[in-house]
Amino acid sequence: MFKRPFDALCALMLLMSSALAADKPKELVVGITTFLSGPASVFGVPGKNAADLLIADLNAKGGILGVPLRPIFIDEGAGINQLMSEYRRVVLNEKADVMLASISSASCLALTPIAEDLKVPNILWDCSTPRIFEDNDYKYSVRTQAHSGAEMLAAALYLIRNKPHFKTIAGVNQDYAAGRDQWGLFLVALKALKPDVEVVAELFPKFGAPDYSTEITRLQALRPDVIVNTSWGGDLDTFVQQAAARGVMTQSTFVFPLGESSLERLGNAMPPGVIIGGRGDHYFLHPKYAQQPAFRAFVTRYREKTNAYPIYPVLHMAQAFAALEDAYEKAAQTNNVPWPSSEQLMAAFRGLKFRGLTSEVTIREDNQGLEDQLIGTTIRVPEYDFAILDRISIYPAKLVTTPVGERSADWLSKIKPEIASDPSIETFTAGK
Amino acid sequence: MRPEILLGGAAAFVLAIVPALVPWTAVMLTIALAIGLSVLGIVVLLRAGQVSFGHGLYYATGAYTVAFLVSARLSLDALILIPLGGLVATLIALAFGVFAVRYRDIFFAMINLAISMVAFALLEKLYHITGGGDGMNVARPTLGGVRLGRAAFEGWMFYTTLATVAIASFLVGRYLDSPLGRALEAVKSNETRLEYLGVSGNRVLHVGYAISAALAGISGAIIAIVNGHVAPEFAYWVRSGEFVFIAILGGAGNVVGAFAGSIVFEVIRNHAAAFAADYWQTILGLSLIVIIMFAPDGLTQLRFIRRKAQS
Amino acid sequence: MISIQTVLLAALDGLSYGAQVFMVAVGLSLIFGVLRIVNVAHGSFYAIGAYVAASFGLFIAAAGWSPWLTYPAMALSACLVGIVVGGTLEVALLRRIYGKEQVLQLLVTFAVFMILEDMQKAVWGVRPYFIDAPLGLLGTVNILGINYSIYQLVVVPLFAVVMLVSLRYVLRHTRLGRIVTAVTDDREAAAAMGVDATRVYLLTFMIGASIAAFGGALASGATSLVPGMGAGMTILSFAVAATAGLGRIEGAAVAALMIGLGRSLAVYMAPEFDVLVPYLIMFLVLLFKPQGLFSVQQTRKV
Repeated sequence: MFKRPFDALCALMLLMSSALAADKPKELVVGITTFLSGPASVFGVPGKNAADLLIADLNAKGGILGVPLRPIFIDEGAGINQLMSEYRRVVLNEKADVMLASISSASCLALTPIAEDLKVPNILWDCSTPRIFEDNDYKYSVRTQAHSGAEMLAAALYLIRNKPHFKTIAGVNQDYAAGRDQWGLFLVALKALKPDVEVVAELFPKFGAPDYSTEITRLQALRPDVIVNTSWGGDLDTFVQQAAARGVMTQSTFVFPLGESSLERLGNAMPPGVIIGGRGDHYFLHPKYAQQPAFRAFVTRYREKTNAYPIYPVLHMAQAFAALEDAYEKAAQTNNVPWPSSEQLMAAFRGLKFRGLTSEVTIREDNQGLEDQLIGTTIRVPEYDFAILDRISIYPAKLVTTPVGERSADWLSKIKPEIASDPSIETFTAGK
Repeated sequence: MRPEILLGGAAAFVLAIVPALVPWTAVMLTIALAIGLSVLGIVVLLRAGQVSFGHGLYYATGAYTVAFLVSARLSLDALILIPLGGLVATLIALAFGVFAVRYRDIFFAMINLAISMVAFALLEKLYHITGGGDGMNVARPTLGGVRLGRAAFEGWMFYTTLATVAIASFLVGRYLDSPLGRALEAVKSNETRLEYLGVSGNRVLHVGYAISAALAGISGAIIAIVNGHVAPEFAYWVRSGEFVFIAILGGAGNVVGAFAGSIVFEVIRNHAAAFAADYWQTILGLSLIVIIMFAPDGLTQLRFIRRKAQS
Repeated sequence: MISIQTVLLAALDGLSYGAQVFMVAVGLSLIFGVLRIVNVAHGSFYAIGAYVAASFGLFIAAAGWSPWLTYPAMALSACLVGIVVGGTLEVALLRRIYGKEQVLQLLVTFAVFMILEDMQKAVWGVRPYFIDAPLGLLGTVNILGINYSIYQLVVVPLFAVVMLVSLRYVLRHTRLGRIVTAVTDDREAAAAMGVDATRVYLLTFMIGASIAAFGGALASGATSLVPGMGAGMTILSFAVAATAGLGRIEGAAVAALMIGLGRSLAVYMAPEFDVLVPYLIMFLVLLFKPQGLFSVQQTRKV
């Protein structure tokens, strides 16, 4: 009479304990969305190369918690619809444990609700729209880097500090959501810092435009003191090339908040005196880390593999993997399990402090990463056949990131000019 | 038409079981079937020998209709949103058709292309209304009055789509068999003779055009609901080109072929993307060339129509 | 407000852009006129021509040769692309589908377009390319207080004009040209007169492809080359060719100028809508002149 319930109880207990402390899987499947086609593959392919390198390194030391990683890459360039189907397929069919998505803000906005739906941990490794965590509350997504609010504020602060006397400004930005968002945020911040500034032109050339003749003619006629352009990749290269050929680059002060990724390619075409941002504190000659052995070794190996210096998406990928590794280890330790569940993993991300290859990043309670921002001014030196950065300022994340619960546009409109000279900003001048 | 109905019925039955056995295929098949509706729209036009390189316009119309209605918080049910998407697309097609059906062949293809590219550019440009290139998220609506979780919603959306496809196929089959539908073939073979009979070729094409737009609108509406996201690229010319591509893949002029082609396309595309992320375009392109050059059997209907036209 | 100065500046700005678009559109138009194929892969010739020219340019720079050599290298790469890529495509593929439906022909070139997109990535990668020699060599000229680069304002449009004039000459005054014109206007009649269609088709296709590739080569002097640049050009040249009337050479020049000018005027007056301009022009033209601005009346066959 007693035997049967007892057996059942035993079975139940066994079941529960094994459910709680799941066995380690054979492998950790990581789905990664990145651009393998289209113009944004200038970021996507370096990102993929970095992921290959980082995964090889992780697997060489046994993987995460002893489990080797296997990546599955998804092309963001195939279109949003296809991307969403692929994302679902990789999670449901290939049983991906973690997803790293994505480069484009449009992709991130589309994929975060799906991740929530599928209950799969989702790391936003490179996209920059502040709307993700400001408009919604997501349990399964986390961003291991900053958003455009911080990037644009840092650029505006640098401009105010280094060129305090300008009166007129013009914006030339790619005509797509991120280009418009970034310019909008920059302008809000600038108006709060310097209310008397006059905006003389807001141009939105087509994404991927091959010709900026008309825009450049207008800029020459208007002669604004400062010209801001948040373009990247081929668009930025074309703009700089055509503007330089017509003498506009020396006529105004240019600000390229995403320019770090174009420096090496542009070579001689990039003149000195241009303000350049690195979407985080990402720069292969980072004043604090360039001489550190680990950083130098990575730069050398990445160069050997790809014949180019690492750019910010490479370092963003390094941050995503560093966060992933640390979060798994933290989750296993705090829950005292060999292999944490997705929910335990997501809980471990909150408050996590980790370091990719540059400064430490902290994940806030709203799952937004706090990442420092690096801005500098171009200078030419004989050692490199392209422009490098001088007068580098590093803006601590706490200073420039929108606080939890506030919207970037609102918060930026209330900032005070004094923070441009906040003592927590570190400045480095050439001479290394 | 009878063997086709049998074939279609059998195919629908087999399809109905698959997601029950392999759950992750539900969304993929829903998308394939929904795209198949747009392809069916192309098939209707192909009957008249016309190709639209701008049906992405109507597909996007259906999708954005749903997106706007959902974000207006009217809390409409999916079963109402889907036909509304089709309705708005039909209205636009009726209006634009007044001009479009005056054109034939490559000019018909191009005027459609032009208007869809205008729509694409507007969807990207009117950032404050349409969300620009980011597109819009579509919150999950109720289905049949019930608010469902993810898995259940996906499952039931699949059956809803399957039922929509069955009804649409049946109606389109009836239409193509009707005198009005048969007149489409005359637009292709010899329109002047048709007009000597007192039938306006333009009017015949206008009806076909509106029906094909309705199908594309419904298709876009379903995609918007299932994917939960709409984007301007729905109206881009490459998207429109894909519809034509699938219509040829499945054997143009064939109702069942539209859906068979669509499923094959989705499978090829998914596998190509999974196993050769760098080369999925090549794989698709090569398979299209191979089909056109070496497997004309997939195109029986088309050859059949042409032979009739020549006789 | 529209002042004379604005219009003048906008015209100068639109010139270089219009000239580039013309190069691609005129090839597309020529091919359609003779082969009756709308070549969706046409933008790929533009892109490949640009990449080949850029590769030559980088090679010349690396070898330390005179940067002036980049100009002949552009012409060389255009011919190379036209003969190798264009020729192969016509012989291996298009030749087999002339008897098929227009839709199928169009789809085959659509498939070729997709394949060539991947090929470009495989050969040149995704990194943007550019060569600064052509733009830098010639310097600038000052008009109304605005610096214009001589390359964009003079060289590119000049090449386009030379191309237009020589095409006209070839079509009007040479035997090949008369055959091409005859095939364009009435191919049945031309065939009945004993025209060797195979050779004419191949030559036309290679010439059309070379012109597009030359357009790309010229663009490589002022633009960064990125994956996907061919797709945008395909659709734009399509709009130009359709506005002009498919097969119309001079028409393509006028339509390309209209689109170039319209676009830069839009940047001055309604920057929101500059992308819409080419399609709006095409739409309006087709609405009133279904066969395009410069079409010849086609007889209706019963």
